[in-house]
Order: sequence, then structure tokens, then C-alpha cells
Amino acid sequence: MKQQNNIRFVQGNEACVEGAVYAGLDFFAGYPITPSTEIAEHLAQRLPEKGKKFIQMEDEIASMAAIIGASLTGNKVMTATSGPGFSLKQEALGYACMAEIPCVIANVQRGGPSTGNPTHVSQGDVNQARWGTHGDHSIIALTASNHQDVFKITVEAFNLAETYRTPVILLLDEVVGHMREKLVIPEPGELPVVGRLRTSVPKDVDYHPYLPREDGRLPMSDFGEQHRYNVTGLFHDMWGFPSNNPKVVNALLTHLVDKIENNVNDIAMYKEYWMEDAEYILISYGSSARSAIHMARNRRARGFKIGVLELQTIWPFPTEIVREKCADAKAVLVVEMNMGQVVTQVRNAVYNPNKVFLANRIDGQLISPTDIKTVLRMIQGRGV
Amino acid sequence: MTKNEFDYKDYIRARFFPHIWCPGCGHGIVLSTLLRAVHELGLDKNEIVMTSGIGCSSRISGYVDFHSLHTIHGRALAFATGVKLSKPKLKAIVPMGDGDALAIGGNHFIHAARRNIDITAIVMNNKIYGMTGGQFSPLSGQGKKATTAPYTTIDNDFDVVELAKAAGATFVARSTVYHANEAKDVLKKGIDHKGFSVVEILTQCPTYYGRKNKEGNAAQMMEVFKTNTVKIGSKKLEKNPGLIQRGIFVQDTEKLEYCEAYDKTIETAMKGKA
Repeated sequence: MKQQNNIRFVQGNEACVEGAVYAGLDFFAGYPITPSTEIAEHLAQRLPEKGKKFIQMEDEIASMAAIIGASLTGNKVMTATSGPGFSLKQEALGYACMAEIPCVIANVQRGGPSTGNPTHVSQGDVNQARWGTHGDHSIIALTASNHQDVFKITVEAFNLAETYRTPVILLLDEVVGHMREKLVIPEPGELPVVGRLRTSVPKDVDYHPYLPREDGRLPMSDFGEQHRYNVTGLFHDMWGFPSNNPKVVNALLTHLVDKIENNVNDIAMYKEYWMEDAEYILISYGSSARSAIHMARNRRARGFKIGVLELQTIWPFPTEIVREKCADAKAVLVVEMNMGQVVTQVRNAVYNPNKVFLANRIDGQLISPTDIKTVLRMIQGRGV
Repeated sequence: MTKNEFDYKDYIRARFFPHIWCPGCGHGIVLSTLLRAVHELGLDKNEIVMTSGIGCSSRISGYVDFHSLHTIHGRALAFATGVKLSKPKLKAIVPMGDGDALAIGGNHFIHAARRNIDITAIVMNNKIYGMTGGQFSPLSGQGKKATTAPYTTIDNDFDVVELAKAAGATFVARSTVYHANEAKDVLKKGIDHKGFSVVEILTQCPTYYGRKNKEGNAAQMMEVFKTNTVKIGSKKLEKNPGLIQRGIFVQDTEKLEYCEAYDKTIETAMKGKA
């Protein structure tokens, strides 16, 4: 069949934009920061064409705040940033967790801490995505290594945000964000798109915005519609009104964690390469997974039984899946561009943490297949 | 509104009372004044979104039967910008305290004014941080006592009106809780104004500001609002230029409102595509 005009040669940031548009993005607020800026630039072009809203706010905090406000009027919302901006967003991000407001935050990672390495690659924000806010809550963070997957997980980010009423973080990285490659935009309907779950409670019946249904989901009512309720970042009761009643506090915090942690296996997305008989398993994500896959392919051609598990859901961490997949491996090598943020999770997951090793690079350069091969040969006792 | 008689019960969430404000706090007067303004404007409760930040003043949003968004410290205007731009038919009202509006929130304040987005910002100025226990605010002024200024403050204060004017707010007014009826009229005009409106309302915190600075009880503090303020351009000013002026300082209907300007952007973008 002749292709429609749906094949593009784009940056990863544009793939993210196209995914967001496909998912029905209505409102974007952002503040320019390298290497995420192209997301804002393309959306400034794309959203008004569809009668939708783009605003460049005065800072990252304001951007996060604005998308929360816009989400409450019934819109699908997003912001995009990189490390320092992500740090600024954390307080409002925690607010979105507490008030259970669907939103998507793309963090195209750069090196850190502080201003760090703006134009170079890093995967250093894995832990910040999980623990950047204060207090306990759970969070969803997704990642991808190629543009087709960036598109797909961006759509999925919106779906998960709506399903679980939570902020979802897209942990992209500079190489994926700025690299150009082919993207085939799926036809409408080809990928599932989850819409906002709205309450069916009629006009004059008492609506409890924070009373979960039996399935744990919380139907929303848009600001401006018939149900008027209070949204707060304080612990709150089923009407959304502040409460410090120990029972209310306990129930709400438990709910915030459980709604995500109890569904890890539904949320978990990953890809497997040559895993059937793999003796050595590479676990990776984002652009470093590309090097891991490349290296495994080369080694396979030489007869080595190497497999790759590419994680696309980083949080909640798919502990059980990793444990099962790695049960029979001689060694597990985690490939990432930080000091070892996912490797800690993998060590927690597997039966024998002593067989988990780290191949990393932290100098702003993409980790190469050779870098990984060097570490693997040392593990295998074959020398460099 | 079908009922003409004002009944506060139509506008509050009785379930959430009693409120947390101290006896003698001026915030209750602001609340009542605001509700009367909303009533007299005949607004539908479903079209109002009240967004607030953190502090005593910000609790006002929970007590009213509007859509309410009680957010984080200083960011109320940024949240409200998202609400307003995504659904421009809504009336956005943002009550704020001193710190919320002009310390942590100062940046959002000037940028909301610069954009001229149709939000009504009410600065409930009691010159002190009440909820955290009486620390000085950017509106305290020099020589005041506060828990973080035991030797009196050395920080200069802002003039909310001058700041709002300079940042481009198209409606700027000031009143006090002593002049509740006047405050109500000013609020009505502010809410009705299409564009960014700033209404500063001087209010008293007898618990911290009044006690620390020996300004007496609530009634005595309100008495000060009566004697220390005059209507804009009053002759009394010539004799006593230190008096604080009340009234509407700016009312500019020429400047394009942000959401309307955005609609024009959409029009342009869609044409380019067609």
C-alpha cells in the first residue's frame, strides 16, 4: 500500500511532540531549556493550528503550575524540561501527585548536578524522577531508545496519566532528543488513546471527587462544569477538603502509593532481544540501550549467548519481571549513563545481587558498544 | 442568580466551617465583601474558579462554593493562568497574602500583569506572615517588629499599586477592610474588568502584626485604616502626603487581553494551515 504523508525524518523531541498530539494534547506550558527546547518550539507551531493552547511561562515552576490548572478544566496537558528545570518543577509535581491530577512531564536529560552538561547526554535523573519530591508517593516514569518508541511511550504516558490520575514523567535523554531518524506516524485509532474519566454523578447529587470507585479509579469533574469541589495539596478527605485526621491521612497516602504499585505489571513496558537462551543479560534503557543492542547483536554473531532487556517503564520499577528474566543468567550487566541508578534497582530485584554489574559512562559521551564489551569481557574473565 | 437578597449561605461550604482565622482577623471581611461583590455581579457559581496559594488568606478558596484550587506557596497566579487560558469563559479570582503575591510569588505577579490575562488578583495585605507565626513580609515596611525582626525590620517594602502599574496591570485599585462597601465596589469593577486586575485590600492581623507592633486590637487597627487612608486625589493629601490613597488607579480597556490575543494567534495559525 502506498504510504500516506505519515513518514517523517525527525528529532526525538519532535517524535515526542507528534506522540503528544496523537494522544490529544490540549495544553502545553513550558520554559526553554536545552536539550528539551524543540518540544516547546514544535508545539508552539502545532497546537494553535489545532485551536489548542501553548504558553511560554516565566519559569519552570509556573509552567508546571499552569498545566495542573489546565488539566483541571478537563484538558490533556504537558510540559517539557531538562535537569535544572525538572528540579524546579518538583514541588508542583508533588502537588499533582497529591491532588491526583493527570499531566505529562517530559525531561530530556542532560548531565548534572546543577547546570551540568547542557548539550551532552546523561541518564542522571532516574532517581530524581522517583524521589525528587518530598514525602512518599509513587510515580510513573517511562523512557525510550528510538523515535518510534518515543512516539509510542508518549502516547502511553498520556494514557497512564489519565488512567491513574497521576503525573507521568517521560525520561528521554539528549541523544534520543536530538538524534534524527525515521518516524512513521500511526493512523488514528491504531494506538489506543485513553480519555479523561469523568463522573456520571448527576447535578444535584453530592459528588466526592476523592472517593475512589471499587476499581480504584477516581472519575473527575471539569472546572467550570456542574460539580464544584476543592483541590488542595494538603491531605484531604473525600470532598477534597484539608484534613489531618490520622485515618484520612493514612488512607490517602496508602492510596497514592497502592494505585500505582499494585499495578506494576500492567504499567511495565519493556522490550526483549535474544533473551530466550541468554547466558548474559544486558539491561538498559534510553539511548544507552541502542549501544547495548548493537553490542549484543555483534556478539551473537560470534556465538555468544547475550540478550538485552530494554526497560521502557523505569518507575514503578518492574522488580518481579526483572527477577524472572534474570533468574538463569550467569551475569547481568546494567548499561546506563549515570553512577548506577537502575543497577541498584536490579540488584534489589534479582536473587543474587553479586552477579549484577554496571557498565556506565558519566562524561557526557554516549556509551559505546566497545565500552560495554570491555566490561562484559572482564566479567567473563576473558580480559580486556 | 434568581434570588436578589444576598445570603452568604448560598456561597459558602458550611461543611468546612468553622474557618481557621483568628478572632479579629480582617480576612473574614474580605471574604464577605468578595461574596457580596460576586452576588451583585450576578455571577453563576459554576463560572468562578478561585485559586489560592498558601497562608491564612489562601484558605478563603476552600470556604467558598466555587471551583476552588488551593495550591502551593506563591504560585497561585501561575495555576490560575493555566485554568484561565485553557477555559477562558471561567472567571479567575486569586486571593493572596503578602508573601504569596509578592515574595515567593513576585515573579508570577509581574508576568501575569505583563500578559494582561483576565485574572482578578486580590492582595490581602496585612503586612505580616500570619500562618507561620508573624515573620515580616515584603509589605511590612521598615522599622516594624516581627518574629524574624526582633530588632525591627530593615527591609524596604513594595507599593503594590505602583508595582502592578509598572508591570502592566490594566486595572489597579486599593481599599481597606474598614471601607468594606467601597472594597466591594472596587472588587466588582475588578472582577468585571477584562484583563489583569489587582485589588489590594489592607487588612489587619491583630494576632501578630498588631500585637508585635503595639497597634492595639482589631477595631483599633481598623481605625488606623480610616485615619491613614484617603480617596485618590483628596485635598487632605496636600497637608499630609504620607496618607495612603484608596480607589481605582488604573482602568485601561484598550490593551488586548491575553486569551483574546491568543484566539487571534489561533486564527492566524489555522489560516496558515488552510
